[in-house]
Amino acid sequence: MTTKTLINTGLAAAMVSALPSLALAQDAPGFDEIGPYIMTTLLFCMAGFLVFFMAAGFAMLEGGLVRSKNVTMQMTKNIGLFSIAAIMYWLVGFNTMYPGDFNGYFAIGGLTVLDPVGVAAADAALDYASVGSDFFFQLVFVAATASIVSGAVAERIKLWPFLIFVVVLTGIMYPISGSWQWGGGWLSEAGFSDFAGSTVVHSVGGWAALAGVIVLGPRLGKYKDGKVNPMPGSNLALATLGTFILWLGWFGFNGGSQLAMGTVGDVSDVSRIFANTNMAAASGAVTALILTQIMFKKVDLTMVLNGALAGLVSITAEPLAPSLFQALWIGAIGGVIVVLTIPMLDKFKLDDVVGAIPVHLFAGIWGTIAVVFSNGDANIVTQITGIVAYGVFTFVASLVVWFILKAVMGIRVEEEAEINGLDTSELGMEAYPEFAKG
Amino acid sequence: MKLIIATIKPFKLEEVREALTGIGVRGMMVTEIKGFGSQSGHTEIYRGAEYAVNYVPKIKLEIAVADSMVDQVVETINATARTGKIGDGKVFILDLEQAVRVRTGETNDDAL
Repeated sequence: MTTKTLINTGLAAAMVSALPSLALAQDAPGFDEIGPYIMTTLLFCMAGFLVFFMAAGFAMLEGGLVRSKNVTMQMTKNIGLFSIAAIMYWLVGFNTMYPGDFNGYFAIGGLTVLDPVGVAAADAALDYASVGSDFFFQLVFVAATASIVSGAVAERIKLWPFLIFVVVLTGIMYPISGSWQWGGGWLSEAGFSDFAGSTVVHSVGGWAALAGVIVLGPRLGKYKDGKVNPMPGSNLALATLGTFILWLGWFGFNGGSQLAMGTVGDVSDVSRIFANTNMAAASGAVTALILTQIMFKKVDLTMVLNGALAGLVSITAEPLAPSLFQALWIGAIGGVIVVLTIPMLDKFKLDDVVGAIPVHLFAGIWGTIAVVFSNGDANIVTQITGIVAYGVFTFVASLVVWFILKAVMGIRVEEEAEINGLDTSELGMEAYPEFAKG
Repeated sequence: MKLIIATIKPFKLEEVREALTGIGVRGMMVTEIKGFGSQSGHTEIYRGAEYAVNYVPKIKLEIAVADSMVDQVVETINATARTGKIGDGKVFILDLEQAVRVRTGETNDDAL
């Protein structure tokens, strides 16, 4: 109602001063016509800002979980990957992911073109939102995918090969697989259901990360004589801040994915999504809190943080349909998955520094399956088809890209550089130059 | 003159300092160190994996004293730094050849 009042204020003033000339009111579009466009555009902008801030969340989480000698490198990768994603998505990504009519599998799009300045209502997509807001909202998602990879391969990867991988991931791989579902492609036609991207965004990041971790190998000394040698993170306050920022950003991630805010039903759904998203995060964290106490006799903060994120990833495929209680147990199972699979990855000598693979890939798969418990339109066979399709495509394509990078320029720093830390050896700039070496 | 080197548990530092100044010790050097002795580290757990912390944080005190004060200082350190549990630390006593106060040029006992 507030918006309606605002929009009509000008018209009302004109009508009061010249009551008989009602023609003015009839020519200008009323709220029923332009209101939904304005509200949805606003939703994309605000939700986009929140998801944008997740870039800061990933940066802080990763900066806190790597050792102090690699913090500058981790920050450099994070601001680099976001910026590259933003440019690649304009260059080719957005129109590859949303090609309009296409064969359902693959279409390479061109540059993104915005609405003209001061677009007239008659020329705007009144049943949706402005191109600028839609483009911005979608591009902050692809950046999240790239952030997932950066945490997993931390502390031993060279900067430039990583950034080149980001170019391919954000410009080509993610948009192609994204078009299958969100671009109206074959999985969408088949009835696959992934509301905000447990699979399309999070699992894709997880698969790309897994391929990177396999090709790259573990950090020096991580697995020695059949034992796991933990390398505690440098700053758990930053890691906690990062997790809270991601949690906040997720309201935009899931809420904005309603993709409409022009009706009572839509705006109510957005708030419903906020509540469910929050619940899943909380239950994921509490589950990890309890489970680590039972399993390790002490609560492990880093796993509680991962638990909250796993809860968020789990609810992302269907944040709208569940009741709060369903959101609670869907998130809780995400928390269980994370606590159980972090040590499991270590058994296979897969060194994922921040737990990106358990959080985004494993909980992402769970979240995509969990859709069938609350959304009657989804069925398990299609959900698994989607999970497998995204997995095979992203994992294989990522392996190929990582192997090419490894052969052409090498992806791993020298042994001495890794031991001294990437900050001094690769960048010549320490995050904490006034601290003693630890 | 003797140089007394003592390793103590970090949380005992203030208590030891107060006791030593109480018996007339006028200065000491304090260093944060890591090391191992019979306590030989402990295990911690991070993200589900146990690992050994091989070096334990300690405080190292270095105190130069006149021969007449050595026994009293050692007894005071012993009495205040002791918890009775493993890892309380050790005291070493070395001969000290010479001491000079930089400001005045005073030497030996006068310099302490």
